[in-house]
Amino acid sequence: MNMKPFAVLISMVAMLAAASPLFAAGGGNLQQANVHIRDTAAAQRGAKLFVNYCMACHSASYMRYGRIAKDLELSEDAVLENLVFADAKIGDTMDIAMRPADAEKWLGKVPPDLSLIARSRGVDWLYTYMLTFYQDESGGWNNLVLPNASMPHVMWQLQGIQKPLYATDESGHEAVDRLVLHRPGLQTPEEYEGTVRDLVTFLQYLGEPAQLQRKNVGIWVLLFLAFFTMIAYLLKIEYWRDVH
Amino acid sequence: MAKAENTSATSGNKLLAWFDDRLPVSAFWNNVMTGYYAPKNFNFWYYMGSLALLVLVMQILSGIFLTMFYKPDAELAFASVEYIMRDVPWGWLIRYMHSTGASFFFIVVYLHMFRALLYGSHRKPRELVWIFGMLIYVALMAEAFMGYVLPWGQMSYWGAQVIINLFGAIPAIGEPLTEWIRGDFFISDATLNRFFALHVIALPLAILGLVLMHLVALRENGSNNPDGIEIKANKDENGIPKDGIPFHPYYTVKDIFGVGFFLMIFAFVIFFWPEAGGLFLEHDNFVPANPLVTPEHIKPVWYFTPYYAILKAVPDKLMGVILMGISVAILFFLPWLDRSPAKSIRYKGAWYKIMLGLFVIAFLRLGMLGMAEGTPAQTVEMRVWTFVYFAFFILLYFISPGAKTKPLPERVTH
Repeated sequence: MNMKPFAVLISMVAMLAAASPLFAAGGGNLQQANVHIRDTAAAQRGAKLFVNYCMACHSASYMRYGRIAKDLELSEDAVLENLVFADAKIGDTMDIAMRPADAEKWLGKVPPDLSLIARSRGVDWLYTYMLTFYQDESGGWNNLVLPNASMPHVMWQLQGIQKPLYATDESGHEAVDRLVLHRPGLQTPEEYEGTVRDLVTFLQYLGEPAQLQRKNVGIWVLLFLAFFTMIAYLLKIEYWRDVH
Repeated sequence: MAKAENTSATSGNKLLAWFDDRLPVSAFWNNVMTGYYAPKNFNFWYYMGSLALLVLVMQILSGIFLTMFYKPDAELAFASVEYIMRDVPWGWLIRYMHSTGASFFFIVVYLHMFRALLYGSHRKPRELVWIFGMLIYVALMAEAFMGYVLPWGQMSYWGAQVIINLFGAIPAIGEPLTEWIRGDFFISDATLNRFFALHVIALPLAILGLVLMHLVALRENGSNNPDGIEIKANKDENGIPKDGIPFHPYYTVKDIFGVGFFLMIFAFVIFFWPEAGGLFLEHDNFVPANPLVTPEHIKPVWYFTPYYAILKAVPDKLMGVILMGISVAILFFLPWLDRSPAKSIRYKGAWYKIMLGLFVIAFLRLGMLGMAEGTPAQTVEMRVWTFVYFAFFILLYFISPGAKTKPLPERVTH
């Protein structure tokens, strides 16, 4: 087979990719979450953190409790006991008691549903977000990746309280240089990073519960297609013997 | 054993004969498959046509299953997609097939069109093949645009807002026209409902009809080939082109191999990379449509971004819309813009290689810039590549008749 046209195509795409700084953008100053979606224990711990810390205000309305039991290798009883606080049933979605109208009145803004937050924000953003809450000069909570976030630091007892150190850049703008732990929390910084990683692992699972199944099935599909393509190639060779 | 086979073969023949007396089954098969002689020197680029047909069929089949669960209602649409992703058994697979299929449709179609530019497949006597192909491409763009609105995420909503507002730039009738398209004063439930109707019925029907015409027009003169010469100019005593081979079985088995190879890439994306880093499924589209919150950075999906960059390169909105329209419309005229005696790039000489190379880089680079935030430096770059894009067509018209070509071969090469 004449591979020249194919090679031309590949080299053109490679050239463009190398020349382009556009796709590299977007990472910013985010820290790597390094979550492993197959770490079921981490996802289980994250689920518990999620219902304890997040679900006071945030729903996950597209997710059913029963699905968590199935995917994260928990019994339905364990889920009902540890994850369900209201009188929800195992087949119910993860809704919260607070009505949107009340939320708007009390909090100024309806806290977003978190079912898909890992898909819209990305895990690195979520990880960094939960690590970079700090107390600013007003005494209120602020955040490095979402400045003036309206959400308070719900896990501050675990992390403790961070305060910012400022630095002036070349153009004379004063900006937060880094955060220092002002008052230690119940966990060491390393322990807290692990806690956030657990939570983010669960959020990633929550964004697309099918992803575990997807990858498992995908391996077999690709193996079949590789076999099929090989047979098809041999068939083609056989038929084309009498051409030319 | 042999006897049994004989009996079944005879009864099979009888059944076929019964049908042939009532419907031209064998005649049709012979006409379009075994009796159709295609050039024997097709290369990599000639897989794209059959692959485009494959993707079209997959889109229709996966689309049928999606419509069984999707709800074209502004209140319910977003949740119904998540219902498909989570609660419908294998719903995620059907949805990813459809969303990945949309992007692969454009990848395959762009490569298919590039093949025409390489070997002059649009040239006389195949101008209508190209025109029907272009009409498919335009219908496909409308189909993809309306399909993208259906999940009713933030990018669905705001992308539609930006694109429909482009019609507002037309003097006098612009505003009423946008209201007519939307069925409302803003993107709303009415818009979603009519886009659903167009996406699942009107445009697929139009595309199927156009594909049929594309194929009928193709078979009238037969395929071009990488050498750009007519194989029908050299026939044997039976009237069969010497460089032709029956489409079936030679190209059917070859295309089956192509299908297998293509499906490996396709399946890899579906199962391991369905968002394609935000190119095939954009991150902002996992947020439900909210008319009160404008996303920071609105951009169309990747397959529209080259044209979007041309639009953004022009400071004046109306002029930008016009230039964007011309950038698609000018493709229709390609068969008459290329006036070189040689059809194929193989015999055209270096001038065409350089021009086509620059054109491809301009198209891809515009596509990347169309996705970007739009810094002043990027705007300058967009203008440069927009100029290169149009220069290709203009220079082609003036350079091609006089430029030196290599002598054309008598028979196809390999």
